[in-house]
Amino acid sequence: MHHDFIDRYGRLESPVHSLDPRAKIVALFALIIVCVITPPQEWWPFCIYAAVVVVIAAASRVPPRYLLTRVLVVLPFIVVVAVFVPFMHKGEPSFDLGLFHVSREGLIILWGVTVKALISVACLILLSATTPFNDLMHGFERLHAPHFFTTTAAFMYRYIFVIIDEAERMGRARDSRNSHGRWLWQAGVVGRMAGTLFLRSQERAERVFNAMSSRGFDGTFPRWQEGRMIAADYVFIAMVAATAIAARLVVLWR
Amino acid sequence: MIPLAQEIAVRVNDLSYRYPDGTGALSGVNLVVRRGESLGILGPNGAGKSTLALHLNGILSGDGHVEIMGLPVNKKNIREIKSMVGLVFQDPDDQLFSPTVREDVAFGPLNQRLSPEEVDYVVSRALRWVGMEGAEKRSPFHMSFGEKKRIALATVLAMDPEILVLDEPVSNLDPRGRRTFMELIDSLNVTKLIITHDLEMARSTCSRVVVMDGGTVIADGQPSSILGDLELLERHGLM
Repeated sequence: MHHDFIDRYGRLESPVHSLDPRAKIVALFALIIVCVITPPQEWWPFCIYAAVVVVIAAASRVPPRYLLTRVLVVLPFIVVVAVFVPFMHKGEPSFDLGLFHVSREGLIILWGVTVKALISVACLILLSATTPFNDLMHGFERLHAPHFFTTTAAFMYRYIFVIIDEAERMGRARDSRNSHGRWLWQAGVVGRMAGTLFLRSQERAERVFNAMSSRGFDGTFPRWQEGRMIAADYVFIAMVAATAIAARLVVLWR
Repeated sequence: MIPLAQEIAVRVNDLSYRYPDGTGALSGVNLVVRRGESLGILGPNGAGKSTLALHLNGILSGDGHVEIMGLPVNKKNIREIKSMVGLVFQDPDDQLFSPTVREDVAFGPLNQRLSPEEVDYVVSRALRWVGMEGAEKRSPFHMSFGEKKRIALATVLAMDPEILVLDEPVSNLDPRGRRTFMELIDSLNVTKLIITHDLEMARSTCSRVVVMDGGTVIADGQPSSILGDLELLERHGLM
């Protein structure tokens, strides 16, 4: 298991990759917010939002297959949550399917939830696929996201694979002593392994902290000299935000 | 012969320490290390070697007195002490916590409040010293164990310490990695305290050797005399 899992395309070279992480964060979050507050009765604004995502994705040179499979991962969650809405929604039943009544309003809600979730998730996946994880965290930090969250995420990113490796080693040691017992007994073993893993991680955290404090760490992370946003970054934000907001405003005025 | 005060890099007087859970780790350690010396600290597992190392830059503080280059280790001097004493931990995964090599090596110098230009300079110098120039953008996680060891050493060398404390520097390295890492350590011109139970390493890199067991220093002398004393080594689990 490797960092590639998260950062596989983070270091490609493309116009999108070379943007300042802050520009990507601001632009894509703007797009998400506008998309979420667009009423679902009209379908065409969502085509525009989707088109913006597709254009950015195409410019980023990240394989579309990769993006699509990641986006589709969220689909089951939406289905589970929203699929019953058309059947349960109060209001006049618009279609009659024998046993079931399907509400037209309910269908619109389902459509709205699905399309908004897909576009939002696509934005986030695009953001993470075009920005190395660490730059992304720095970006959030410089946009004044709480230090606590960015630092925690950065540490998790650094150590999760160390811990996964450790879990794998423990699993192998267990299997080599052949514990193919009954399910319930297995569950007990897994529980104890989780406990051990937690304790080991805790000990490691202590050692990591020792190593940090012996290099003069006093609780605040030193700051790097930092890149500046250039014209291209502002143009990117302006274009993405303007397109989305224009679409939203047209809906409002019609 | 009693060394002059200004020749002394490390002075430990009657140092005792008990872990919070009650386990005694050090009981009355006395140790003097001169500048430029390369001291091997031998001892079986649980002898208190690593605990002693953690006292040398104030991460732990037990009963007793520790002095680095004439400065007592206390809250007031802690910043200076941490700049003077570089600790290289046994497991490089504990030492290297940043996503890229550059950030990790720069971590100490940034904490020392060096300017960005100085940081860039000391980072590339430290990487050159350990033979890892050009690795700035790599992720430590992807590296071989030997490379991680080198980077871990670089993170400490970047702070330009006067005293280098190495905890089990060659454990888990393959023979070639071990040999080249030992050569690298030899080439560094600082006071060195090398914690090990690798007798071969103690013989080839150390100018003096102490043996610790049960939280105290048992023997102190030339590598040839200590390592020739088979009975002593056997008694303390080193043979």
